[in-house]
Amino acid sequence: MTITKHRSGPSLVIELEGRLDTVTAADLERELKGSLDGVTDLVFDCSRLDYLTSAGLRALLFAYKALRGKGEIRVTNVNEMVREVFEVTGFTGIMTVE
Amino acid sequence: MQELTVNALLENLPQVTDFVDALLEAHDCPLKAQTQIDVAIDEVFSNIANYAYAPGTGEATVRFGFEAETRTATVEFSDRGVPFDPLGHTDPDVSLPAEEREIGGLGIFLVKKTMDDVRYRYEGGNNILTIQKRI
Repeated sequence: MTITKHRSGPSLVIELEGRLDTVTAADLERELKGSLDGVTDLVFDCSRLDYLTSAGLRALLFAYKALRGKGEIRVTNVNEMVREVFEVTGFTGIMTVE
Repeated sequence: MQELTVNALLENLPQVTDFVDALLEAHDCPLKAQTQIDVAIDEVFSNIANYAYAPGTGEATVRFGFEAETRTATVEFSDRGVPFDPLGHTDPDVSLPAEEREIGGLGIFLVKKTMDDVRYRYEGGNNILTIQKRI
């Protein structure tokens, strides 16, 4: 999976391309760890994300907890399969999915 | 049934997924069902890789079957690790806010929600988890 970051002040857009699975979720968490200081507006752009597994949700939950009280997370441009995972697991109640 | 045996290591997940995908494609599996099965493979195989033989390693065997009349694909995972029934636990409460969400159990929950049938049995020293989906 390819992770591309665009930082502009307090806003960070992370583009995910490929599959966010057990193996690549660890890469995402590693990327997030150094990148969230001062971020209040975090967007995961999923236009090129094929699918995600529960490991991917764990990485997103990590981001959510890191930003808790300090900012917001949006997950954008999800395909049908990705949306289904968010809905089935109740993650649509935790972060905004567009 | 076609079968593949690999060391149950996360680095072998792509090989397992490719093995099943090729067979699904040969049966004209629609993309959405294939993606759901890929997610299920990830969830099941990574549980085996992470827990079945910990702290050591061992093998996992993946078997694929297809019943043409009902267009039912069957993927069976077996390992000789610690006896463990992943279906024997209550589902996570998906209405809880993030602070109270548990990490564990989401993977199998996703599998149960997207597959038509999920079964577990312990037989001859093997954990055997079978998923089925009509494609």
